[in-house]
Amino acid sequence: MKAVITVVGKDSVGILAKVSCGCSDFNANILDVTQSVIDDYFTMVMVVEISKLNADLSELNKKLEADLPTMKIHVMHEDIFNAMHRI
Amino acid sequence: MLNMTDIMETVTMIQDEALDIRTITMGISLIDCADGDIDRSCDKVYDKITRYAERLVETGEKIEKKYGIPIVNKRIAVTPIALLAGASGGDPIKYAVTLDRAARAVGVDLIGGYSALVQKGFAPGDTELIQSIPRALAETDVVCSSVNVGSTKAGINMDAVRTLGHVVRECAELTKDDQCVGATKLVVFCNAPEDNPFMAGAFHGPGEPDCVINVGVSGPGVVRAALANMDDTADMGEIANEIKKTAFKITRMGQLVGTEASRMLGAPFGIIDLSLAPTPAVGDSVAHILEEIGLEQCGAAGTTAALAMLNDAVKKGGLMAANNCGGLSGAFIPVTEDAGMIDSARSGCLKIEKLEAMTAVCSVGLDMIVIPGDTPAEVISGMIADEAAIGMVNYKTTAVRVIPAIGVPEGEELEFGGLFGTGPVMKVNTASPAKMIARGGRIPSPMQALKN
Repeated sequence: MKAVITVVGKDSVGILAKVSCGCSDFNANILDVTQSVIDDYFTMVMVVEISKLNADLSELNKKLEADLPTMKIHVMHEDIFNAMHRI
Repeated sequence: MLNMTDIMETVTMIQDEALDIRTITMGISLIDCADGDIDRSCDKVYDKITRYAERLVETGEKIEKKYGIPIVNKRIAVTPIALLAGASGGDPIKYAVTLDRAARAVGVDLIGGYSALVQKGFAPGDTELIQSIPRALAETDVVCSSVNVGSTKAGINMDAVRTLGHVVRECAELTKDDQCVGATKLVVFCNAPEDNPFMAGAFHGPGEPDCVINVGVSGPGVVRAALANMDDTADMGEIANEIKKTAFKITRMGQLVGTEASRMLGAPFGIIDLSLAPTPAVGDSVAHILEEIGLEQCGAAGTTAALAMLNDAVKKGGLMAANNCGGLSGAFIPVTEDAGMIDSARSGCLKIEKLEAMTAVCSVGLDMIVIPGDTPAEVISGMIADEAAIGMVNYKTTAVRVIPAIGVPEGEELEFGGLFGTGPVMKVNTASPAKMIARGGRIPSPMQALKN
């Protein structure tokens, strides 16, 4: 099982570090990271393995939101993207 | 493999364009609760609803958290209560109070099915239930009611139409101190679907299984945003195609959520209602889609054509994404629940006559329209008859949910709050249809009914 973490907002130092630490705390294994910074605007998509997650996905979402209060963060199960974008 | 563009598209739909699952509705059959004694019958109803729907809200919340998609409402639809009232006798209000209590016990937002199906005539329980609707809606909070007064197969029961004109008025009168809210919870249908997950018209039809999960999706904001990204020179065919693609994505999400909910609750997945259901929130309006297509304001000439195209494209896109479609499936045009419609009604661009034309090409009818408080019952009956005729002849569902604004002068507004929204009092043609309404009887079913 995989989940997708998206982080969007103004760029600053340590965003990726905080997200990675959060994943580590919840035992989510990072599989893939794509990120870009255009005109100071940070966008990151991270795919994580959640089979051994030690809490609900929503808990991870809350933790990341607390660590990065100025960023827009979504943690969502990968099924929703597969359903919407694959026939 | 997932790509970044697709992922960000989904996230934007949820974050900025108000994409949501409008409702997961559990349909529960109460046929086995019928008893000759109304109190025993009510006890069985309460037990069955609270047993079957015990985990409905919790399950909805779990899915919300897993997929990060808002599920706005969790609801219950039950067997038309008139069937139980017919078996048990007694005051049907007892059932309304029981439904209200059961709905609160399991924490759902609304419960529908305080209903009667009288398209061809009245069976035991029907008249008593219909007469009790105003009191039932005034004395409960989350109970919704509907009456089916016509169908393509049966014609239109004009005795029921006459009665319902009075019932609608009384619903508003009994709740005049609370924004006439009673009338927002009553829908008068022609060709009512038996598996509709949307309120206030949801009920669990006699042909349905014991328990079923139906899902209603929504996404006017997503469709509008998709059209906003298109070139102004795109032709109507291209616009229809873009709407189809968007509807497909929205519906796939509904299919995923419905499948998951049905698995978790151990109940079969009935249908997805392929709908564009607006809310009063900014960016969640069907009227704004029509304006994005190129109308100065909803209600302008061209509105009916744009809506017909939108309604058709939503169905075509959604069909392939869903295993089973049903319910109302189409674009909704409830005036008070749609920010763009509210503006058009306020400015006078959108009139009831135009709305009536629009109902011929979209999924419901004259929905959530505030009318003057002194509108005679016969005029309301006339409006119901007209809508029922459109539904009957076109083999589609139509409905009337109008709210007489008792004691509110013209120019003022009723404010229901939440999803029900707010709306100005709209002008009604009050030339009297009283003589025709007093005739009663049944309008025979049209040629379209004879398909066998």
